[in-house]
Amino acid sequence: MGGKFLFDGRPVPFEEGQTILQAARAAGHYIPHLCWHPDFPPHGSCKLCVVKVGGRHVSSCALPARDGMEVESNTPEINGERRALLQMLFVEGNHFCPSCEKSGNCQLQALAYELDMSSARFAHFYPDRPVDASHPDVLLDFNRCIFCELCVRASRDVDHKGVFALTGRGIRKHLVVNAESGRLADTDFAVSDRAADICPVGVILRKRVGFAVPIGERKYDEASISSVAMEKGE
Amino acid sequence: MQDAERIAAQAVERHRREPSQLLQILVETQDGIGYLPAAALTRIADLLELPRARVEGVAGFYSFLYTEPVGRYRILFSDNIIDRMLGTRGLMESLCRRLEVSPGQVSPGGEVSVDVTSCTGMGDQGPAVLVNGLAVTRLDEARVERIASLVRAGTPLAEWPAEYFRVDDNIRRRGSLLGDDFVPGAALQAAMVRGRTGWLEEVRLSGLRGRGGAGFTTAVKWMACRDAPGADKVVVCNADEGEPGTFKDRVLLASQAERVFEGMTLAAWATGARQGLLYLRGEYRYLLKHLRAVLALRRAAGLLGPRILGEAGFDFDIDIHLGAGAYVCGEETALLESLEGKRGTPRIRPPFPVTHGYLGRPTVVNNVETLAKTTLIALQGGAAFAATGTPQSTGTKLLSISGDCAYPGVYEYPFGVTIAHVLEDCGAHDPQVVQVGGASGVTIAGHEFHRRIAFEDVPTAGAFMVFDGRRDPFEMARNFVHFFAHESCGFCTPCRVGTALLKGYMDKLASGKGAKMDLADIEWLDRLLKNASHCGLGSSAPNPVIDTLIKFRPAYERRLVSLDFKPAFDLDAALETARRMTGRDDPGAHLDWREEV
Ligand SMILES: Cc1cc2nc3c(=O)[nH]c(=O)nc-3n(C[C@H](O)[C@H](O)[C@H](O)COP(=O)(O)O)c2cc1C
Ligand code: SF4
Ligand code: SF4
Ligand code: FES
Ligand code: FES
Repeated sequence: MGGKFLFDGRPVPFEEGQTILQAARAAGHYIPHLCWHPDFPPHGSCKLCVVKVGGRHVSSCALPARDGMEVESNTPEINGERRALLQMLFVEGNHFCPSCEKSGNCQLQALAYELDMSSARFAHFYPDRPVDASHPDVLLDFNRCIFCELCVRASRDVDHKGVFALTGRGIRKHLVVNAESGRLADTDFAVSDRAADICPVGVILRKRVGFAVPIGERKYDEASISSVAMEKGE
Repeated sequence: MQDAERIAAQAVERHRREPSQLLQILVETQDGIGYLPAAALTRIADLLELPRARVEGVAGFYSFLYTEPVGRYRILFSDNIIDRMLGTRGLMESLCRRLEVSPGQVSPGGEVSVDVTSCTGMGDQGPAVLVNGLAVTRLDEARVERIASLVRAGTPLAEWPAEYFRVDDNIRRRGSLLGDDFVPGAALQAAMVRGRTGWLEEVRLSGLRGRGGAGFTTAVKWMACRDAPGADKVVVCNADEGEPGTFKDRVLLASQAERVFEGMTLAAWATGARQGLLYLRGEYRYLLKHLRAVLALRRAAGLLGPRILGEAGFDFDIDIHLGAGAYVCGEETALLESLEGKRGTPRIRPPFPVTHGYLGRPTVVNNVETLAKTTLIALQGGAAFAATGTPQSTGTKLLSISGDCAYPGVYEYPFGVTIAHVLEDCGAHDPQVVQVGGASGVTIAGHEFHRRIAFEDVPTAGAFMVFDGRRDPFEMARNFVHFFAHESCGFCTPCRVGTALLKGYMDKLASGKGAKMDLADIEWLDRLLKNASHCGLGSSAPNPVIDTLIKFRPAYERRLVSLDFKPAFDLDAALETARRMTGRDDPGAHLDWREEV
């Protein structure tokens, strides 16, 4: 049983089973997201997709749409909260965008521009997360991980390998790979895996293609993340 | 290492290579080895045919699982504010000094490690520690001295004075639950006479609401599970009791286990479930033997197993699962994940456990006390049960009372009792603050002591911590913030990062470096945690800060260096090198701008 709901005052139709985010996208309305990906079931961890429904905050990527809902998304209040969540993700890791190979293609960076994030506001944690360069084709720079688990899900559910997993808890949570040595080279990971090109930030990077496209001419350098998402469906 | 792999393999085989038993397998492997070496994890993963990274992911989640060696004696001090008020900090220092080890470190010979842990549920008989997972209560200097020599002599725990491991019930006030003698099977018989539907109708009439925190109506939950499609329904008893300052479930499990198991069986009668699971927090593992013995008695009496009390088609049995130090696993969907042998990460809801619970099957999750209460409904009928308490909060509530009072322990009151009345009964002489409902609960100031314990006024999962005039509400809130930061599962951004940031701000204030700007940031984080968190842990983590900021703001303001802005960078400290070089330390060589204004 589908229906209609109001998205920032505008009617949006939905089909049975669609989430708020899916239906809004289909109707041409962008809702920021990081852990959600069109090819995967919702995960619900980053909370960038937060919206208000009837005065309550909910994750729009996970909540099924219901008839007659009133959804607030693009408001100063909600965007302020999204900005703070981005600031949290930035201070939690080590993000030096000017020297990052993903710059311009990074969804975290692009969202920071989209939502006018001009400072980190909070104190940096500066975690110690050594890089894993063991694999011949792929580099892992854990400093930028935002724990969206897209690589975990892609490797488990698409590649059927289970190369990645999270361990630890709370702020000490971190990504590990499927080898007693802890090295990517000792797993069956391949550069052709779905997990190899799923990372929204600059953790899983192909070797030897670095800076092939100059910074300044990359995906989100040319267009904002909302227009890329809406026009190319990414 | 071959030994480690053999021990790991045996644990896997004991659990019939069942991946959903991973947590139990890890706990037992660690029991045999002392920690979880990398090779043991690899072996477990191979035998269970799971990716090794997944096994490592689970091992890294739980506080009581160690992937690095720990001491042969592992001593953990309960770090709740109540234990601290009883002097844990000094006792821990003393023990460390005697054993020549620093907190959080393993002694050079590997004999001992000393550290802190979240509230162990012994607030009425603290200070408390866990020694290799077993509770030791009523610590004092004499006990610390003795423990240090037992450790140095390498005395096995079995030879330590039994008195050290004594855990009292301290039941101070009995109502209908704690007062009545219970004949095992009587409640079940009464419910079976009414038939499954008739029994559910009594539960509905009783108005019983969950005692685990959320206060959801029990009959509604049971009906939803009964009506959910799927034949293999499950009843889960939530005995995780991780909320700081709560210990009434521990007392129920110790003194009323028959009632708790009978309550689970009553839930099975209502819903048609055939499998029961009790999730016991790791801190209470000393109760395992007793609980298993009660289960065996009930099986022998025909109260568990096939054809309960001779009724064809009424088959139900109960297993006990052990937690391993994770407060979040009390949240019902995290608990289900943990029961399935995974990291205790709360699930996305909907779907709810009543339709998609344990292994995707319709599942009822209820608190220990809720289940015990259903035996009263079976025996007295729903209407009689509803005659006590208030219309919206029927029956009685068990309170775990600790802190600054003469008689800490468990009290049973009809719902609707005032806080003042409770304070009077427990012998609180100079109460200033009461923290009701644990770290995630409500901070009650003196002018509110007329308020009532009830879902519609001051709700509580059972904790009642009393603070007198010597205590500082700010330090209480700071202790709770540390607790939440330590216990955040780390799944969602606001809670994972927000609790860690909040901890940083509270520590900054505590060290006297706070400024008014920090208060604004604290309030902003509070809001974000409340609004955007994935589960109740994150959304209630700021409660003690929000409440104390409103009710005891001077406790914060008197810690501020300036009322506006204080940079993290300390100008005066930066001049220290110059002072040393010039050999000056007179007032003129210091930058104290406070004097100038
Ligand atoms: C972080 C967190 C911890 C919780 N811990 C417990 C607990 O230790 N015991 C418990 O019964 N309920 C706990 N709950 C509540 C459960 O999610 C659930 O509501 C309860 O077990 C349902 O049982 P009831 O309806 O009988 O209260 C917790 C909830 C949250 C969010
Ligand atoms: S490595 Fe990338 S894809 Fe994987 S969890 Fe981290 S941010 Fe997400
Ligand atoms: S609120 Fe905290 S405990 Fe709950 S899911 Fe988020 S990180 Fe985990
Ligand atoms: S996109 Fe919804 S929580 Fe991440
Ligand atoms: S551009 Fe900064 S981390 Fe990706």
